[in-house]
Amino acid sequence: MNNKIIIEAKNLTLRYGKHPAIRDCNIQILKNKVTAIIGPSGCGKSTLLRTFNRMNDFIDNFNIEGEVLFEGKVINHSDMDPVEIRKRIGMVFQKPNPFPKSIFDNIIWGPKINGFIGNQQELVENCLIDAGLFDEVKDRLNSSAMELSGGQQQRLCIARAIAMKPEVILMDEPASALDPKATMKIEELIKKLKKSYTIIIVTHNMQQAARISDNTAFLYEGELIEYGKTNSIFTKPDKQQTEDYITGRFG
Amino acid sequence: MNDILSRRKLKAEIFRIIATISTWSSIIILIILLGNIAWDGLSKVNWTFLNNFPSRFPHKAGIKAAIWGSIWMLALVAIIAVPIGVSAAIYLEEYAKKNKLSRFIEINIANLAGVPSIIYGILGLTIFVRFFQLDRSLLAGSLTMSLLILPVIIMAAREAIKAVPKSIRLGAFAVGATRWQTIQSHVLPAATPGIFTGVILAMSRAIGETAPLIMIGALTYVAFVPENINDPFTTLPIQIYNWVSRPQVEFHHLAAAGIIVLLVVLLTMNAAAILIRNRSLKKYKW
Repeated sequence: MNNKIIIEAKNLTLRYGKHPAIRDCNIQILKNKVTAIIGPSGCGKSTLLRTFNRMNDFIDNFNIEGEVLFEGKVINHSDMDPVEIRKRIGMVFQKPNPFPKSIFDNIIWGPKINGFIGNQQELVENCLIDAGLFDEVKDRLNSSAMELSGGQQQRLCIARAIAMKPEVILMDEPASALDPKATMKIEELIKKLKKSYTIIIVTHNMQQAARISDNTAFLYEGELIEYGKTNSIFTKPDKQQTEDYITGRFG
Repeated sequence: MNDILSRRKLKAEIFRIIATISTWSSIIILIILLGNIAWDGLSKVNWTFLNNFPSRFPHKAGIKAAIWGSIWMLALVAIIAVPIGVSAAIYLEEYAKKNKLSRFIEINIANLAGVPSIIYGILGLTIFVRFFQLDRSLLAGSLTMSLLILPVIIMAAREAIKAVPKSIRLGAFAVGATRWQTIQSHVLPAATPGIFTGVILAMSRAIGETAPLIMIGALTYVAFVPENINDPFTTLPIQIYNWVSRPQVEFHHLAAAGIIVLLVVLLTMNAAAILIRNRSLKKYKW
């Protein structure tokens, strides 16, 4: 793996109170690739993902040891402004969470509060096109986002993340609340987006990881068991635990 | 076997009858009370009554001073209590860490909401009337009343803020919003109808309260409309109380008329609160 590293975790240990959620994790995320983080429920996938854009800051008595580097800079120290980081590392959540505003406002809000001064209409339309939602909503940009279907809402949330022109998009089980058809659309979108963005996706759907990711990390009980090319992880994993998990013996 | 079953059914039936009687008896009592007041006072509610100052002659007496006093007080209470209450709620919900101190504050606010209003009267008398030398002014009365309804506003606002899903906040943070941008653009707009409902209900409590105002000495003869916040004042419930405590029957009829006016105001405010709540329920379906 001789590609450019965009995010790196070094000796990362994450704790809720005393309970460690991630233990001594070292991982390098490559630029313009889709990296999947898989593992059974409660293994710390989402916790790890949320450290990459400091979303764990909102959890009381969460603490962090080790370092997270974004383009070579440590981002988990308190002197680093999390707002700056989140501008460059966007996020899509498990359940679609559009703002209870119009479709247009959903997308433009992020750029607007961060001082965007270009053509708003153009930006919104481009983001919707990139998120594969434009044709479905082009006639009703000013109607409420809450009227969209679940799958459309999730693509709107992706459009909202894209609007910030981030370098990385974190996705926390983005399709787990959606039906198979909507899931397929999201997956196609992810494949398309990786040309311009680095995507880290948490999923407990192994087939999904196999379908869309370039690299896969397997976490189990807070430990990074195995990390490598998706192909090799799913065909000839090094570790017994990984094999047991992907063949469905547990999890 | 059959015996036990029939006894169980009997018990169920008895309970149903008790519950029905409880419900209807309170409604019937309310209807009797309202009917009685309407019978006594409805004929007195007219323009002269609304537009005259109190007088020792019943046929000349009116509630102009009381209406204006109540309006002044409500406006001042709104100006004082709403910003403080809403800010406190925002602080407790959005900024304060959930620790022992914040829990202690929360419990105490809930307790304060249950403190008898006369206690607030004593507090107002000691602090505003005597210590700050505000005398029996509108300002002293409004400050006392603000203290009384602050806990109610804080609790209602907190509930409204809490009802905004966490995912909305996270969504805002994820596009690089600061805490305040998130609150300002997403939390407050979504919570506003709920806060508004709580404020109106708190205000309707303030408009009906008598005890704390009597305590700070607002029970006086006031035959003018207050012109600034240092003027003495009277309010609707105080005027009603004043008339009820007189021996002449004519004044009792005036009191009934005053109660009708107060009830109309109160019911209008509560109806507005319900209307706002229902409309917001349609707008924000999480």
